[in-house]
Amino acid sequence: MEKNTQTWALPRQAMPEQDPQVRRANFREVPLGYSDRAAVMEAKRCLQCKKPSCVQGCPVEVDIPGFIRQIAQSDFDEATRIIWRTNSLPAVCGRVCPQEIQCEGACILAKRGGEAVAIGNLERFVADRAREAQMQDLPEVAEPTGKKVAVVGSGPSGLTVAGDLVVRGHEVTVFEAFHKPGGVLVYGIPEFRLPKGIVSSEVAMLERLGVRIACNQVVGRTVLVDELFEQGFDAVYIGVGAGLPTFLNIPGENLIGILSANEYLTRANLMKAYLFPEYDTPIARGRDVVVLGAGNVAMDAARTALRLGAETVRIVYRRSRTEMPARAAEIHHAEQEGVEMFLLSNPVRFCGDEQGRLTGMDCIRMELGEPDASGRRRPVPVQGSEFHLDCDLAIVAVGAGANPLLTGSTEGLKLNRWGYIVIDEESGKTSRRGVWAGGDIVTGAATVILAMGAGRIAANSMHTYLTLGW
Amino acid sequence: MYPIVHREEMSGGGVVLNEIHAPQIASRAKPGQFVILQANETGERIPLTMADTDPQAGTITVIYQVVGASTQLFKGLEVGKGYDDVVGPLGRPTHIEKVGTVLCVGGGTGVAVLHPITRAFRQAGNRVIGVIGARTRDLLILEDRMRAVTDELHVCTDDGSCGHHGFVTDVVKIILADRTVNQAVAIGPVPMMKFVCAITREADVPTMVSLNPIMVDGTGMCGGCRVSVGGENKFACVDGPEFDGHKVDFDQLMQRLTAYRADEKRSQETHACSLGQPGPAASDT
Repeated sequence: MEKNTQTWALPRQAMPEQDPQVRRANFREVPLGYSDRAAVMEAKRCLQCKKPSCVQGCPVEVDIPGFIRQIAQSDFDEATRIIWRTNSLPAVCGRVCPQEIQCEGACILAKRGGEAVAIGNLERFVADRAREAQMQDLPEVAEPTGKKVAVVGSGPSGLTVAGDLVVRGHEVTVFEAFHKPGGVLVYGIPEFRLPKGIVSSEVAMLERLGVRIACNQVVGRTVLVDELFEQGFDAVYIGVGAGLPTFLNIPGENLIGILSANEYLTRANLMKAYLFPEYDTPIARGRDVVVLGAGNVAMDAARTALRLGAETVRIVYRRSRTEMPARAAEIHHAEQEGVEMFLLSNPVRFCGDEQGRLTGMDCIRMELGEPDASGRRRPVPVQGSEFHLDCDLAIVAVGAGANPLLTGSTEGLKLNRWGYIVIDEESGKTSRRGVWAGGDIVTGAATVILAMGAGRIAANSMHTYLTLGW
Repeated sequence: MYPIVHREEMSGGGVVLNEIHAPQIASRAKPGQFVILQANETGERIPLTMADTDPQAGTITVIYQVVGASTQLFKGLEVGKGYDDVVGPLGRPTHIEKVGTVLCVGGGTGVAVLHPITRAFRQAGNRVIGVIGARTRDLLILEDRMRAVTDELHVCTDDGSCGHHGFVTDVVKIILADRTVNQAVAIGPVPMMKFVCAITREADVPTMVSLNPIMVDGTGMCGGCRVSVGGENKFACVDGPEFDGHKVDFDQLMQRLTAYRADEKRSQETHACSLGQPGPAASDT
């Protein structure tokens, strides 16, 4: 493609965004999307590598050069069809995947010291365009196989499995514990990063393909895995997420005004508490907010707190900036909006008033010592460096553990010592015949796209099982 | 939708009973378990421990006190209408076994939760003594049903309008003074549970309480329902809702229940406005 060799040196097309000072006060999406023209320009930067390393960098192996070539030729519908072949949630992935360490990280332009092709932005562009144009062509569905699949959990991995298996002719039912499907895409990731209308439209597409979504179904309580087999399901996929919030276990943690990021974000996102009192669910609104932890969830919580009217929002993290697990883009967005970083600081105790409400937090300074098991330098307290931070809302975002609701009620599932499900990495098979698992209930808290990748692997293996046997 | 098939008002309209068609939950629920109900898209998720289930009819029964905007909204749901969402059964069932004599103490709408547990203890072959109370006669609920599932029932009202004039704790003290009780169950307002537990602790009678803290998902995910039990944090939704009453930090629980009080008031005012009615006491009937 001669033309591309002339255009690859162009600068990467920037994604227009809401101004930080404006957006910190609203819940609308931050990046505004590419225009057709910007998308075509960006697509022309792609070198169309013969052995595309970007595809290897993608957990669901989207044909990246393929769809980008179509964008460059302004055939956006064909670009959509190419993505749909391997990715049932492109509007989601285009927004929340950590492209910088996956497809874009592997882009040859980046490796040569330039800027990677904006693959995520292009994927988002195509998916949004198809949705807005109400593109109706659905991926082709194979002849019915007569096999029934139960998918437990409607988060990213479950939806991937559902999409992959329904097009192969299997009858798929997705069981969701909440009253709305989408899992973490709906309760966890905020509206300003992933509008909920987009999630529901991607779920609606799966429903049009024939996937049945059953809400208010807590598998392990409402119905058991064993009963799913008795009801005639031939295979079960478990993608229930990690679930149990981790707390710090320091004094004062049960004061009013201290809550898990799970609770805070679920109230804001799933229950739309930011629209209180129009919506009935209330949410704690702090003036001086601290967020403990420095992952993507912590950034989401911090930015939500700003939008709910906080005057100060501080990320308190015991390691340094380089160890922060959040995506660089998320940290950047948070700082642009005014979130402050209190690094190398560790909470020691929470302080409250007589009504049991949070008033502040004692912290201690940390310094980095020798590397620990995770390879990161272990933070150690600096003697005599205690300091106090006033705060009236503290959001604990230091990770999650395995929720035992399903695993505790299902015989024959091998778990590791942290309670996560043990699987065969090649196939997603659990120790129990007919049962697969993937996503955070296997890996512990990770990313949307890794969960989707796990779903993809399991779906392939499930299809083989349903057609050929275990 | 989960339709309401039967509805009753009690306590002069301050307490409402809903029998709801939810066959899947009805077939599986055991005494002590709860459901989460949401009236509509904009509604809150409200956890309520089930007062009864009928697996044959495919129904569950909840009884709630009208205290805020959400329960006011629930109260407006007539027979034929229903809840958009009901999920359950959640929480662990009550551990029922034959221990000898069981003392079942209930206050306010706690009696609704106590009733199926009381019945189960009796069916397990225990001698069951019931003590139920309310502020005044009109607020007393389920007296007949409790009488039917106990070997003896004591009724108390704070104002003496019915039964013993005084608190349930007075009667509990008298019973424990001259009888052997092997197990107690106390369900009601947090202060009532706290004081009953103080008495049974002295008498060395193991006491189970059922808690209803603030929660969102009911599956262990939010941690909002954490309660301190024996100095350890437990989640009422997955570890409870029943706990050893002698180990629960009731004072902390009472404080945590006030977390959204200001918002609840605001929400109630908003709802009252939108109904064009004067205030929280307004009803749809």
